This record gives sequence, C-alpha cells and structure tokens, in this order.
Amino acid sequence: MEFPTALVLNAIVAGLLLGGFYAAVSVGISISFGMLDVVNIAHPAFIILGSYVAYSFNDRMGVDPIVVSIVLSPLFFAFGLLLYRIYYQCFEKRGQESLRGLAFFFGILFITEVVLVLVFGVDYRLVGTAYSSTTLHLGAVDFPLRLAVPFVVAVTMVVCVQLYLSRTFFGRAVLAVAQDQLALRLMGVNPIRVKEFAFALSIATAGVAGALLIVIQPVQPAIGREYIGLVFAVCVLGGMGSIWGTLLGALILGLAESFTSTFFGPSWAPAVSFGILLAALAFKPSGLLGR
Amino acid sequence: MRNRTFAALAFLVAIAVIAASRFVSNDYFFSAAYTVLQFIILATAWNILGGYTGYVNFGSAAFFAVGAYTTVFLYKAAQPPLPVMIAAGTVVAGLLGLMVGYLTLRMRGVFFAIATLALAVVLYTFVLNWDYVGGARGAYILQPRLVPFGLPRYVHLLYAAMVLMAVLALVVARAIETSFIGRGLAAIRDDEVAAECAGVPTLRLKLFSATVSGALMGMAGTTFPYYLSYVEPSAAFNLSYAVNSIAMPLIGGMTSWLGPLIGAVLLGSVQQVVQVTVSSAWNLLIVGVLLVAFVTLAPNGIMGWIDAWRHRRRRGP
Repeated sequence: MEFPTALVLNAIVAGLLLGGFYAAVSVGISISFGMLDVVNIAHPAFIILGSYVAYSFNDRMGVDPIVVSIVLSPLFFAFGLLLYRIYYQCFEKRGQESLRGLAFFFGILFITEVVLVLVFGVDYRLVGTAYSSTTLHLGAVDFPLRLAVPFVVAVTMVVCVQLYLSRTFFGRAVLAVAQDQLALRLMGVNPIRVKEFAFALSIATAGVAGALLIVIQPVQPAIGREYIGLVFAVCVLGGMGSIWGTLLGALILGLAESFTSTFFGPSWAPAVSFGILLAALAFKPSGLLGR
Repeated sequence: MRNRTFAALAFLVAIAVIAASRFVSNDYFFSAAYTVLQFIILATAWNILGGYTGYVNFGSAAFFAVGAYTTVFLYKAAQPPLPVMIAAGTVVAGLLGLMVGYLTLRMRGVFFAIATLALAVVLYTFVLNWDYVGGARGAYILQPRLVPFGLPRYVHLLYAAMVLMAVLALVVARAIETSFIGRGLAAIRDDEVAAECAGVPTLRLKLFSATVSGALMGMAGTTFPYYLSYVEPSAAFNLSYAVNSIAMPLIGGMTSWLGPLIGAVLLGSVQQVVQVTVSSAWNLLIVGVLLVAFVTLAPNGIMGWIDAWRHRRRRGP
C-alpha cells in the first residue's frame, strides 16, 4: 500500500489548527486550576455559554461572533469576579474547597447546561460568517478558514495571556499567588484580590473560546461535557500552571485527535483526550513543562 | 442496634413494603418508586466512597452503565435468569471499582475526581462503538412474558427486586459505617497521611470501599434495561446519574447511612412530581439548584440540621 502523504499532511494541519483552538479552551483552566487551585469544573459550561451569547448576537444582528465575544468579554470578566467571591466566601474561607467546592462547580455546570436547554432547546445552533465556507489550498493541503481564523485568534489570545502574566506587575502578582500565597500576604498584598482578578480573567477567556467553538462547529448545550476531560487533559499534560505547556499540550492533543478521527473514525476521538488524561495522571502527573 | 438485628429488621420492612404494594393498582406508582429506589442505591453507594472515604467519584454513571450493559450482553449471549444478571453486573462493576481504587494510589482529591469523569467518557466511547451490545443505536430487551410469583406485571417484579437491592445497599453501608472499617475510612477522609502513619491499612481500605461502592452502583443498573426495554449509551451514561448520586448524599448528609436515604427519597420524589407536573428539563434544574444551595448554605445537609438540633436539645436552653 502506498503511503498516504496527502492524508497525513491534512491530518497534521487539521490537528494543529484544532490544537490552537484547544489551547484557547484550556488556557482558562490553566489559570484557575493550575495557578489558583480553584477546580472550576464548570469552565466548559461557560465556554458553551460564550457560544450561545455569540450566537444570539450573530443571529439577531449578523455581527461576527468573534468580535462579539471580544467586545463582551468584560461581562464574562465581571461574572468571574462574582463567582469567585461566592466561592471564596462559602468554601475557601471555611477550608471546604476540596469536596464541597467541587460539588459546587459541578452544580453550576449542570445549572448552566439546563438553563441553556430551557432557553435555546437541544437543537444544534450554528453561525454564519464571511469566512465559514472558504478553504485555502496549498498544494494538496487544505486550510479551511473555519478552523484557521479561530486558530489565529486562539494563539494570539494565549500569547497575550502569557505576556500579560510574565511582563506586567499584576500578572506577576498572579504568578506569585500561584507559588506562595502566604509570602504574598507578608509583602502586603491581598492574595484574594489577586486571585479574584485572575479567576475573572480565566472566565473571560472562556467567553472568547466559546465564540471560536461555534465558528468551528455547531453547538448544543450538552457538548460542554466533552470538553471537561479535554481541558483538564491539556492542563495536566502541559504542566500545571504553565501557559506555554498548555499550548504544547493542546497541540499534541489536537494532533492525536485528528489522527484518530482520520484513521479510526470520528466516534473514537473523545476517547483519545480522556485516555491521554488518564495516562498523564497515572504516569506523569507533573506534566511536560511542569513547575 | 446490632448490625444483624438491623439487617433482619430492614429485610422485614422490605418484605412488608413489597407485600403492601400488591394493593396498589396504579402502574405509575411502580415506575416512580423504581426510580426513587434506584437513586437510593446510587446515593448510598456513592456515599461509601465519597462520604465515608472522602474520594469524590464523578463517574457514577459509568458504574451504573456497566451494570446495565452487563445485562444487555448476557441477554444477547445467553438470556440467563434475572438474579444471574444482577449478580454478574454487580461483580463486573465491582471489578471496575477495584480498578478505580488502584487509581487512588497516585491521585488524591481533585485529580481522582477528574480521572473518574474521564473513565466515564472512555467507557462511553467504547460502548458507543461496540456493535454487539447495540452501539449508538441502542439495544432492545424484551421483558419475559411469564412473570414469576404470580405477579401481575413484570414491572412489579423489578420493583420488588429494587426494594431488596436498596435494603441490601443500606445494610451494607450501615455495617461498614459502624465497624472498624468505617472508622478507618473516616481516618482516611480526615487525614490520609496521618491515618497511614497511625497504622491504618489505607490502601486495603480504599480498595475495599471503592469496590463495594462500584459494585452497588452497578447493581442499581442491572435491572435498568428490563425496566425501559430499550437501552442506548447516552441514557445509561447520563450525567444526571452522576449529579444525582452526588447531590443526594450532600443534601441528606454524608456521615451516616441515613443521609443518602433522606436525600434520595426527598430529591427523588420532588423530581418525580416536577417531571409529571412541569417538565423533565426543570427537574434537572431543580437538582442543580438544590445541590448548589445546600453546599453553599447548609454544608452538612439535612442530617447536619438534625444533629445540631439534637445537640442543642441535649444541652438544654
């Protein structure tokens, strides 16, 4: 049998494009779970919420979903502030975050999903954009803009988050909170305010990632669950709290999924991310670029 | 009360409940009761690993589905009698539980919870792609035409089996709770390293609790295919099983066997009422809202209120 060059090349390109998008999906978890130790298991639900917000504006006014999400990201930011306030008051302050905090976010995940079902129904929704149906060709390799545009936006966002965290004063405060909360307190900084801000930032990225998701594929309230394993797999695989690690992990996962669906069929793809997650948790819990 | 006395009493109650239901002619009663009983088993089983040992399992649906699909597999392969299917599903889910128990070796807290969720999705994908048990199309299971013991309909038999299984789950949970095993598990929950240092055989206890918990959840799923006559992966692996089996112990209270029972009866009945009067989407919303409300406002659940009230009364005004 002849080696299927075009097929493999296309699988690689599709995998990398998908991986960039996965980085946008998981960067929020990398901040909240990796740096702040807040197990926001509801993160994928907020991504779907972002998809539906983008969908509503696109459906009524025909605005580009990605533009909508960036304009509305302060709203998600504010929601994140509020959510962390509640979480801190009810769980972190009492030292009950492990079991009950987890159940809290699980409940929030469920509520978000059911509310979306009640408002929008269980039908798949999709958006129309100027670039949805265009595909660029480079030799035998296809670059569908439906995947390429989200890829560019996603990688830009991830790089911006990394630059923000490593270059600005407040960003470094977030990294400091991740390392040693007590030391930060001794320096006269209120770690709760820093964590609040960082958590809000993670929710804001979820809003943008949601818009990217609905550009890539039609969205239905329950598909958020498929991303729970994915975001944690990327976060753990890349190394907890490392943004570059998140990008690397996301690209690896994108490639793995793309190859699985090309050679074994798309119905096996979800098993890949969870399988990688299980393997990463069991054999290399510190991740590829872990601290 | 000693465990043996409790077990004897509990089974007497079960037989009384089954006998009393012979006078109920409304068929809806049986399907509603079946669902509530199923939740009693799931909540009690979850609590053995989650409440007693402190390891949060998000994969209840996977165990439930393993029980259900063991029945489907046996139905397709040999059609053995119902008790054989129940036993087989329980054993297979128990083995899965044992495997999950080994995961606790390397993963604590959150990582364990996420791993169980991941396990559920991996198993879901396997079942979805496994044609022998129906794959994504699902499988039809015909209820036998002859109902034993002179019962009028097959659902009555399933209901009776469910009552017995629920009582068994409660008896097991109570026996674990009141024995040295329960004290060891509580030590693990409060501080695993300290427990290990104090000579508690943590690994063996964790394996035991994960196995029992998994086996009981699987047992709850074994009669599910017969109950619905049709199983498909997304029904058997439904996330609502995971949410319910976490919400019920949290709402009832996690430190004793009564908590999950109270939570399951309360939440299960509310859901049945809402499902009939409003819609099934709303009943899931209620579970979510109650879960969030209870963990934020009453972290020790209903049993927590009762304990506080008892405490106050003992002390006097």
